[in-house]
Amino acid sequence: MGRERRAAIAGVHEFGPRRAETMSALQIKALSAARALEDAGLTWADVDALYDAGETGPAAGLALAEYLGVRPTVVDTTAVGGSSFELHAAHAVRAIATGKARVALLTYGSTAHSERRAIGTGPRGNRGPASNMEAPYGLTLVGNYALVARRHMHQYGTTAAQLAEIAVTTRAHAMRNPDAVRGLHDLGHREVREITVEDVLASRLIADPLHLFDCCIISDGGGAVVIVAPEVTRDLRHRPVWILGAGEAVGYLEPGADLTVSAAARSGPIAFGEAGVRPEEIDVAMIYDSFTITVLTILEDLGFCAKGEGGAYVEGGRLRFDRPGAPALNTDGGGLSSNHPGMRGIFLLIEATRQLRGTSTAQVPGARLAVAHGNGGQLATHHVAGTIVLGRD
Amino acid sequence: MADVAARPARPLPHLAEPDTAPFWRATREGRLTYQVCRRCGAVVFYPRAHCTGCGGPELEWRTSAGEGTIYTFTVIRQHGHPFFAGRVPYALALVDLDEGFRMLTEIVGADPEQVRVGQRVELAWEDAGEVRIPVFRPRAGD
Repeated sequence: MGRERRAAIAGVHEFGPRRAETMSALQIKALSAARALEDAGLTWADVDALYDAGETGPAAGLALAEYLGVRPTVVDTTAVGGSSFELHAAHAVRAIATGKARVALLTYGSTAHSERRAIGTGPRGNRGPASNMEAPYGLTLVGNYALVARRHMHQYGTTAAQLAEIAVTTRAHAMRNPDAVRGLHDLGHREVREITVEDVLASRLIADPLHLFDCCIISDGGGAVVIVAPEVTRDLRHRPVWILGAGEAVGYLEPGADLTVSAAARSGPIAFGEAGVRPEEIDVAMIYDSFTITVLTILEDLGFCAKGEGGAYVEGGRLRFDRPGAPALNTDGGGLSSNHPGMRGIFLLIEATRQLRGTSTAQVPGARLAVAHGNGGQLATHHVAGTIVLGRD
Repeated sequence: MADVAARPARPLPHLAEPDTAPFWRATREGRLTYQVCRRCGAVVFYPRAHCTGCGGPELEWRTSAGEGTIYTFTVIRQHGHPFFAGRVPYALALVDLDEGFRMLTEIVGADPEQVRVGQRVELAWEDAGEVRIPVFRPRAGD
């Protein structure tokens, strides 16, 4: 019956500023690591497992260990885009459960905003056979997600207004999060306020059917997560947040495949099964929100509602933190309204931990179970899903 | 000269890429090609030197009749690359070819607002120097 206590999140830190012009991504990672270890009540010398997604350059396992000055005996540089951190957490549990590690450190740092990286609409690189087939057509990242959204609309009658509900809910959560509010101001948003479905639909189309407010913001940022063995949790500063289940899956374009189903449909059952938890028991759903359609698709794939019913499921603010009867969605404000420095997976783990500690700015009363689901790469066409089920005692 | 230099060019495929070079070379002859595995019969696309169904090494190149159905599409309205920025709004689609493969392509010869899922389309070509780019247009008479 699952719910075995094999490893726990002991420390977290989210780098607050959304603009960090004078810092490097490595500096953000080191600062976040120090704060997360402090949060756990652990030290630099305790780290014996290092996880990195390679966002600061090649040979990351070596470069980061040397830069930080830690001496890991487990090194894992799994790099699959935004879900890398969910895979890191999954692998850390395994390393700890087999006795190879006691204290695992995950970090992330990015200055995507300061570098003016146009992640959603900029030119794409052309490396390898898959992109060599697509380069002449100029499919933007937003365009890829728009292809999924259009198919979802065609197949199930999903509407742009239903997608907009997701952006409305995450903005409402962001407005309760001082870091997010400050960030929206610092990133130059003219009107920092709650938004309506009409606001989303009135924002300009970037790639039909996705509007500007269906797309995440681009910020600087970073963070760190410390995952420890059960025996280490006795000395923690906070109650442990247990990693109860983990699942991974890969998805890509195949002839005849249903583009409205993501790899979450495979990673989710693995994670929920291992945890011995059903989706309807989840209090907080931290779902990768690069775009509204990402959330809608993954909610269905994880089993919060049936495939095709995501549109109706998210209507009427059902996923707001203060509505019982459904999980609270992206209570930090998400990538849509809080921060998105390029790979958002680490923030899903951080906010899920805050919720299970009872310290979120949009706290779900008595939250006991959370899911963090990362989507790396491009939804449906080239992507990696990572599902982590978390719980407290 | 100045005019030519000022006009941004469409990004083109690398002809040195081993898996996909035969596909792009065939476009010069106006052929849209795909692969079928001689061992397990799987349709393979994008092109590779091995079968994605069974791992086998014997793939047969075939030429598509160039007719298909729009599986999904989007209209690109904002782009950071100068060539595509000058082309917006334009429609991109995943087209299911009748032979059983699905490809990303551009839909031309139609108002982007009129493109629909399920629409029948046929192959057209756009010259781009060393290669030709397969694009699709609504099938005549549909």
